Amino acid sequence: MDAIFLQFLNGLDKGGAYALIALGLTLVFGTLGVVNFAHGALFMLGAFCAVTFNKFLSYELVVLDETKKTAWGTAVEIRTPYIEAWFGDFGTQILNYSVPISILVAIPVMLLIGVSMERGLIKHFYKRPHADQILVTFGLAIVIQEVIKHYFGANPIPQSAPDIVSGSANIGAWLGLSDNIVYPWWRLVYFGFSALIIGAVFAFLQFTTYGMVVRAGMRDSETVGMLGINIERRFTVVFGIAAVVAGLAGVMYTPILPPDFHMGMDFLVLSFVVVVVGGMGSLSGAVLAGFLLGILQSFASMNEITSIFPGIDQIIIYLVAVVILLTMPRGLMGREGVMEE
Amino acid sequence: MSRLTMTRRGLLKAGAASGVALAAPMSFIRGAHAADFCNMPTGSSVTLGFNVPQTGAYADEGADELRAYKLAVKHLNGEGDGGMLNTFTSKALKGNGVLGKKVEYVTGDTQTKSDAARASAKRMIEKDGAIMITGGSSSGVAVAVQGLCQETGVIFMAGLTHSNDTTGKDKKRYGFRHFFNAYQSGLALGPILADQLGKERSAYHLTADYNWGWTQEESIKNTTEGLGWNTVNAVRTPLGAGDFSQYLTPVLNSGADVLILNHYGKDMVNSLTQAVQFGMRAKQVNGKDFEIVVPLFSRLMAQGAGENIKGILGTTNWNWSLQDAGSTAFVKSFGQEYGFPPSQAAQTCYVQTLLYADACERAGTFAPPQVIAALEGFEFDGMGNGKTLYRAADHQCMKDVLVVRGNENATSQFDLLEVVKIVPRDQVTYDPAIFGGDLGPADAKAC
Repeated sequence: MDAIFLQFLNGLDKGGAYALIALGLTLVFGTLGVVNFAHGALFMLGAFCAVTFNKFLSYELVVLDETKKTAWGTAVEIRTPYIEAWFGDFGTQILNYSVPISILVAIPVMLLIGVSMERGLIKHFYKRPHADQILVTFGLAIVIQEVIKHYFGANPIPQSAPDIVSGSANIGAWLGLSDNIVYPWWRLVYFGFSALIIGAVFAFLQFTTYGMVVRAGMRDSETVGMLGINIERRFTVVFGIAAVVAGLAGVMYTPILPPDFHMGMDFLVLSFVVVVVGGMGSLSGAVLAGFLLGILQSFASMNEITSIFPGIDQIIIYLVAVVILLTMPRGLMGREGVMEE
Repeated sequence: MSRLTMTRRGLLKAGAASGVALAAPMSFIRGAHAADFCNMPTGSSVTLGFNVPQTGAYADEGADELRAYKLAVKHLNGEGDGGMLNTFTSKALKGNGVLGKKVEYVTGDTQTKSDAARASAKRMIEKDGAIMITGGSSSGVAVAVQGLCQETGVIFMAGLTHSNDTTGKDKKRYGFRHFFNAYQSGLALGPILADQLGKERSAYHLTADYNWGWTQEESIKNTTEGLGWNTVNAVRTPLGAGDFSQYLTPVLNSGADVLILNHYGKDMVNSLTQAVQFGMRAKQVNGKDFEIVVPLFSRLMAQGAGENIKGILGTTNWNWSLQDAGSTAFVKSFGQEYGFPPSQAAQTCYVQTLLYADACERAGTFAPPQVIAALEGFEFDGMGNGKTLYRAADHQCMKDVLVVRGNENATSQFDLLEVVKIVPRDQVTYDPAIFGGDLGPADAKAC
């Protein structure tokens, strides 16, 4: 029972990441009709916003201690981050909270990246076939990856969660269950954060006039255009928002998985499966499928299941995708007419 | 009009010359032939092929291996302070290259994938004329490249590879390993585990699902079960899984009180970090403190895992804090060159390059059969691991093994491992027959 509960939590956590990436993917597809293979790279760029911000904060004051020598004969270096040297304990706290604080940096940076990506490249491919869009965005993803690899190296760069949430929460004790149900605080924070972002995107589209116009544009951009609304500009902003959502998912994921240049690709394939299972162009479908597949993947790696079906944890997502597409060709919540012309 | 005439004297001369040619030993003629063995150096230089992971899960190790190779080349060519050439007991190398030829090198990226590693080794052999291939930070890669080297007749000096198979069931006449193996980790770690964690423990293994992981799991399982420990479960995880949460949560309810991570590199950094996030180091099970053991770890991994490595037991091939003459000479050269100390991967690669060069000098030729013979059964010292034997039966070096613990009181950012015990060579020496395998022939091959 404890094991099932823990795997359920794992599933929610993984599902949160899948859903956030898939949400942006399907938002771009629904509004602009573009299949964006560079979306995983945006997730990775978000994570590297956190890395860059942390590097900036950890820029060190190096003092040589001539009285002590290293094993290779040079003076021992005493390194203190400038921020600690200047601001003392306050500086230490800022460094400690660098991941959550970097959200503030990531929002404008990702918005800018998203908007320039759309205006600079993607908009030229609106009227081109989906195959062209896939090729150009995939190419872009590889370019972004290589640029990151060039500047940050190929190795993962660990980022730590703030001390206060670096341990684990004894959920079992809270719920009056077994003491064995402990779960890392940061993963709980991540789940809460993804729920918050998903809620905010839905609220924006559902309850604001801007969102209403965007939704109308998703249904029939021609009519919206005839009403005198510059729907293209709004779609550019939507692309920017999708980039911010992917970026924030990346920022908050860094304490769970040390980021490297390839992390976007690792998530991209899964996120596409999530979008297809959820139904192309369906926002709620993407979220539902994200959580569903995350939870299924976690359950499939339980020892009781892998002992009967070895390796099932590796293929479960694709297996479910095949079954769903065979029985429901438009995915769980796909609309009629999307990608069917 | 000319006529072909043959005098009696001319016939006798021609007959004598043919007789001498036919009577000459075959090896004399073969040695004079340019294509006698693969990539025989003909100019004033000799090319070595450094095949290391520059991307992928073991890229950290790969980068450090490459630094060590470049340093070894410098020292062989008489540049720099000479490093371990000054402490190596064999004095055949003079700092004038190898057999008077300047050492040059080419590099390849194994990408930590067997097919990519074979392709880059093949390229270095066929296009760049590499006479020896060395490197690799994964046993899957080492076994694959070693097989290729046996086929092409090019000596392979393995870098960081810890699987029993490299010098066990997959051993090859053309392959040599200086690094220790999983079986030796088990032999070295067993008594320390019994001493520090007791004899009544329940272990749960998480194992990287490839050649090295399997052999390490088997070796450590045999050792711990020999101590009286119970193995609760052994779960295979895909290489580069990233998020290990779904494999870690079952450990919490399994009744195990020790988690053994048969992971290396990026996988180990992730799984250890996440295990600590799941509260495993603060946990008590069966009335004992929950413990994590990482049978193979290195300083580079300790650096990636940060605080989480503190107090964790494991084994390592070498550590820069050792105070013998060879280690201090190497740390000094490497530190002066790069500004930080070398890793165990760097040390094994540096030593392998020197050992190959030394064997060529002692053999007086680059011809692989003679170089192989010079390496087989070679005893040496002064390379940082105490008295070492390159065992002829399986081409595995027999030397001391270090049991280490993540340093609780690090004095610098590099002082991450504390040596608990230097386990002497005779305690980690085993019968080469237990793993089977066949070295195969040492015949020279043209390429």
